[in-house]
Parts: sequence; C-alpha cells; structure tokens
Amino acid sequence: MSDLSSIQPVVQAKGLIKTFGRVVGLNSANLELYPGEVLAVIGDNGAGKSTLIKCISGAETPDSGQIMIDGNEVSFKTSLDARAYGIETVYQTLAVAPALDIASNLYLGREKRKKGVLGTVFRKLDHSGMRTTAKEQMTKLGIGTLQDMSQAVETLSGGQRQAVSVARAEAFGSKVVILDEPTAALGVRESNQVLKMIELMRDRGLPIILISHNMPQVFEVADRIHVQRLGSRAAVVTPQTHTMNDAVAIMTGALKVDEKDQALGPVRVSATA
Amino acid sequence: MSTPTTTDAEALIENLDRKGPMHHFHHALHKYPWISPGIVLVIAIVIFGLINHRFWAISNLSLITQQVSIVGAIAVAQTLVILTAGIDLSVGAVAVLASMVMAKTAAEQGVPGPLALILGFAVGAAAGALNGFLITKLRLPPFIVTLGTLSIFMALTLIYATGRTINADKMGDAANILLWLGNPIQFGAFKITFGVVAMILLYVFFSWVLKNTAWGKHVYAVGDDPAAASLAGIRVNRVLFSVYLVGGIVLALAGWIAIGRVGSASPTILPDANLDSITAVVIGGTSLFGGRGTMFGTLIGAILVGVVSNGLVLAGLDQAYKVLAIGVLVIVSVALDQWIRKVRS
Repeated sequence: MSDLSSIQPVVQAKGLIKTFGRVVGLNSANLELYPGEVLAVIGDNGAGKSTLIKCISGAETPDSGQIMIDGNEVSFKTSLDARAYGIETVYQTLAVAPALDIASNLYLGREKRKKGVLGTVFRKLDHSGMRTTAKEQMTKLGIGTLQDMSQAVETLSGGQRQAVSVARAEAFGSKVVILDEPTAALGVRESNQVLKMIELMRDRGLPIILISHNMPQVFEVADRIHVQRLGSRAAVVTPQTHTMNDAVAIMTGALKVDEKDQALGPVRVSATA
Repeated sequence: MSTPTTTDAEALIENLDRKGPMHHFHHALHKYPWISPGIVLVIAIVIFGLINHRFWAISNLSLITQQVSIVGAIAVAQTLVILTAGIDLSVGAVAVLASMVMAKTAAEQGVPGPLALILGFAVGAAAGALNGFLITKLRLPPFIVTLGTLSIFMALTLIYATGRTINADKMGDAANILLWLGNPIQFGAFKITFGVVAMILLYVFFSWVLKNTAWGKHVYAVGDDPAAASLAGIRVNRVLFSVYLVGGIVLALAGWIAIGRVGSASPTILPDANLDSITAVVIGGTSLFGGRGTMFGTLIGAILVGVVSNGLVLAGLDQAYKVLAIGVLVIVSVALDQWIRKVRS
C-alpha cells in the first residue's frame, strides 16, 4: 500500500471558507480527489456540499483557502476558468438548449470550425465533424441507440438529455467531471443509465465527483464517500467499511468516526497512475 | 380478454403517438415551421388570382416584391431579436431615423452621398446599441425598452426633420447613391429593384450565418434557455447586445431601401412597420418564446403579408379587410406554434 500513499490528489481543497453575509457556507472545508476514483459528496441540506463543489467548479470564489490541481494552486473567477483546467460539471437541471440538435448541444460554446478559408474567414462550423464526434462520444458512453445527431434535444427523454450533458462533460473534461445530483430529475431506469456512464468514465481513468442525495446510488458507484456536515468535512468513508446507516449517522452528527478508521487516502489503484 | 396491463397501455399510447399521419405532419412542422405559411401563401396566390386575373400579371407580382422590400428587410432585424425571446417595437422608428439622417445630412449639410450613408448606418447602429445596452446592462425587458425607444426615436426624427419631407431633388449629387436601391432591374417583363435584391441578400446572408456560425447557434441557445446557455459557457448578455447592434445596422439598410422605394425621406413613412414586421416573423413560424424559427420563414411571412394586402385591394375590398386578415393570420400562427412546441419523442 505504500505506493498508494505517494499518489498526489488531482483536486485538493484546503481550509476553504465561504460566507454569505452572516451565513457560513464553508467552515474550513477540505476535500481530496485521487486519480481514477469516484468520490461521492453527501450531506444534509445546508451542509455546504453545493458551495464546496461550486468553489471547485468556479461558480463561487472562496473567501479564503486553497484549491490545488495536481498540486498547483489555482484561483477560479468563473466556471470558464475551471473549464480551462479540464474541470466540467453536469447539472441536475438538464442544462441543454432544447431546440438545438444533439451535436450542437455537445459543442455549445465550443463549436468546431471548418478548416481553411471557410472556417477562418467565413467562420463556418464543421457540422459533419461535430456530428461524427458526437456520435462516437455517445456510443462510447453506451448511448449508441441514438442514431441521428441532428435530432433536436427536446425530442429526447430526460435520461437521453442528461446523457447529452454527461457526454459533453466527458468530451471536454480532461481532468475531472463533477456531477451535481445528475439523477435528481430522472426515473429509475434512466438513473441506472447515468450510473453506468459514471462507471464507464471512471474505467477510462477520469476521476469523478458525484454529489447525490441518493444513498443506494452513492453506495453503488462511489470508491470513497465524503460526508459534509456544518460547512466542513465530517468524515470520509468507503462503502466497504461503513453502511448507509453509518453514513446517515455521520451526516446528522450522531456518529463520529476516528480519523484512523476513515479513508482519507486513495483506495483505488487507478488506470492512469 | 383480461384488463390491459400497463405495458399494453403503454404500447397503445405509443401506437397512437407514432403511427398517425397527424404525427408525421406534426414532426414535419416541428422541423420546418415555414411549411404552414408556405401552404397558405400558395393558396392565397391561387385564390387572389382567380378573383382578379390582374393579380397574376407580371407587373403586379413585380410590384408586390417592391412593396415587400422595406418591411421584409425590417423583419430580418425583428427575426434576430425574436429568436432571442425578445421583441423590438422600435424597428420602424430606427429605420426612419436612419433614412432621415442620410437624406438630411446630404440635402442640408451638403455631405457627400457615401458619407451620408455611413452616418445613417452609424445612427442605426447607435440606436440598436442603446436598446442592447438598456436590455443587458439595466436588465429591463425588451418590450419596455423598445416601447420607450420607439417614442424617443420617433420624436428625435420629427425634431431633427422639423416635420418635413426631403425630396430627391433636394439631395443634390448624393441623390444618385441615396436613391440607388430604387433602380430597376428588368428580367423580361418582370421588374425588380436593387432594393429587392438587397433584401433577398439580407435573407441569404443571415440564413447562412444563423445556420453555419457559432454566433447563430448562440442566438438560438440564448432564446431557447438562457440559463442553460450560460451554463454552457455562452456569454448571454454579449450575444443579446450583438443582436440589437446588428439589428440596428440592418434597420439602417431598410431605411436606405425605403428612400429608394419612396423617392424621398419622410419622418412619417412606415407607420405600420413595427407590427407588420412582427406579423411577418410570427406568420413565418418563428416562436415569440424564442429559440426556434428561420429567416426563410420570415421571408415567406413578409411576402404573405404583401400578397394579402395587394390581393384584397385588387379584389375590390376595403383596406380594413387587410387588417382583419392579418389579425386572423397572426392568431392562427401563434396557436399553431403552441401546438408545434408540444412535440415529443
């Protein structure tokens, strides 16, 4: 296990503090995400899990504390800054433009242009190129059933729409993919599809942060579970060492876990490490 | 047979949804919203021609294209704005203001034609930028902003023009260039003007831009769901501002077309341009809720408005019937749009 302890976190947050007026969102919060793992973040409402994730995805700027990517300190002013580091986020709200087609949604805000004069002078988009990669991307995530990438997203089911969001995150998230309650708006079958996509991405070595309220889902896919409570980290456990009841007890403060029983280091030997 | 299970019911619903010819029609309309105004246009041309054969005369069809050219150009700007789920009530006022600036600087300050044109375009762009600024920076709704600027631009035009019309003979040497878009091009008996060509080029250009550039996709995305567009990294306010700015430039071009068509610049021309342009856009299948629609649809809508008003006159009916017909067309179009938006997989 000695080589595990030498692994550097991909994302590390140290002592993050964020206040909203008199409300303390984050009270010296820490987080580590190791290569190739799925880290679930759970916590009661108001525990600061969203704020913590927003600081990492650039949607919020912490008042103090450090965020490090591969050991280098970064400071994100907007989510575009985080994206430049390869951090992509999937939101629960199915953040897609319904009237645009699948390929356009996948490349929204990052469109590919044609090569040569058509692209540089006339700024023409590479429709066929974008459709081809969109198709590959969807097939890679196991959504090969969608054939027509020029199909409007509003004609898709909720699960398929979320698949488009996940595919977008996977395509551009070279470093980390953050999923914020990705299954909250979905049915059981569609949720399972998204969980499968999470496993596929992890198997390809892409580390994932999953925020969820859904304990069975968390225990199914997570390697480690970060429990957030009152603005800071209460414990990090694994599905192997603790039960769902334990996790709920930690969330509510009924159970304290000794630091030596926690999973603060990496538990998975990743494909990339 | 026992009571149907859930799966039977699902299959039944699926069958209802998929197999009917209505479903295919629904989907076709969803993909090509200009189909329905296109059908109405063809029917209108046939019926008006049967009522009065002079309607089909080539000279009359030429006249319709010229009548459509001004509102058609204005409707290009209106389409861009409505695609972002906005509305621009000041379009007519901006076009008239730009045309007055072109004519008056040439007639009274002796500004050379090309410079007078540039001044007109600059005023159009500034007017669009003002609308865009108020909408994006002060976060006021487009309806309110453009309702206000409609009055402001109209008043500025009247004050600047001191209520007078400037005829071509007063424009001096600049008349050549200011009236240039009124010059005819003859195709046999069919006579169009450069203004008509300019309008058609506007449609070709913006159709291409909307379809083939990132800016075009962003215009649709912003109108469709601004929150989702913003999460995807699109700078929503920047896109909105650019739409009003580009719209202002298009409106100045419409003002130039108007000088050529009328042969003068007057502060009181185009009284109906605002509503006519919105009518053309809506009839053309562009949704007032933003995010869907095409330039081609608007062109059909503008031609349909032109055909109906011309045809009713030739049918010997009072102008009031034109207004009535347009009102009915608008309501039917919006009702159709509501139905089209209900499409599912």
